[in-house]
Amino acid sequence: MGRRGNIGVLHAISLAIGLAALWWLLSGYTIPLILALGAGSIALVVYIAHRMDVIDHEGHPIHVTWRWATYMPWLGKEILMANIDVVKAVLSPKGRVHTSVFRTKATQKTELGHVIYANSITLTPGTVTLEVEDGVMIVHALTRGAADGLKSGEMDRRCTAVEGHPEEDR
Amino acid sequence: MDQTVFDILTWLFVIPGGLLLIIGGVGMITMRDVFARMHPAGVIDTLGAELILVGLMFQSGLSIVTIKLALILAFLFFTSPTATHALARACLSAGVTPKVDEEKSTALSRGGRS
Repeated sequence: MGRRGNIGVLHAISLAIGLAALWWLLSGYTIPLILALGAGSIALVVYIAHRMDVIDHEGHPIHVTWRWATYMPWLGKEILMANIDVVKAVLSPKGRVHTSVFRTKATQKTELGHVIYANSITLTPGTVTLEVEDGVMIVHALTRGAADGLKSGEMDRRCTAVEGHPEEDR
Repeated sequence: MDQTVFDILTWLFVIPGGLLLIIGGVGMITMRDVFARMHPAGVIDTLGAELILVGLMFQSGLSIVTIKLALILAFLFFTSPTATHALARACLSAGVTPKVDEEKSTALSRGGRS
């Protein structure tokens, strides 16, 4: 996906800022020589990423950052509830463990949206995405509660909201 | 406000975290098949690791170490579902089919060995 022009430059700048922040936070150096070496390696990485043509809205999705930040607290709560559910299933499996494989709709339009949804499903204990097809996820669930929670479609709706309106964002 | 408060907070997070790791480990052994075993492993990946890392953050205080711990947490959250999904796909393409309680398990009838 070779999207050049202003948006490409914007993504390259944000990649460089992100790398610089990561580099500095991991090293903590303030010696000029080392900082210069860090800046040089960042420039090299951005150049290589540009050559590989991976600096785009998909590899570096800055356009969903804000909506993603509002999605995280909800996902955190879901993960907590799912953890309790699975811990209960481990400690007393009788009557609780009810494995199932089912298909569920994925209303996201872009691949990035599908990735967010599929990863959210897998990150939540009790449900694992087995396969992603066009608009459909095949999911393995450990308990009835986990399966029903996913079938209600709230996570799907929220992931679609994170994705936003892809046409406008690009 | 001295170190004792942070020590207590650390214990409050690390002990439940450790218990979750043990429960997750037990679950990985006692569940019936490889697909069911992935779910307790998810407990270790998410809440277990999270609690332990947050507990450790109280020890390191406002320093670069805390930021590193937060980064570990973030990377864990992005990579662990990907790894779990890859494992599930590998099992499916190796011909392992999940044991299910549900009768109408037609969802995978087409795929599975692709």
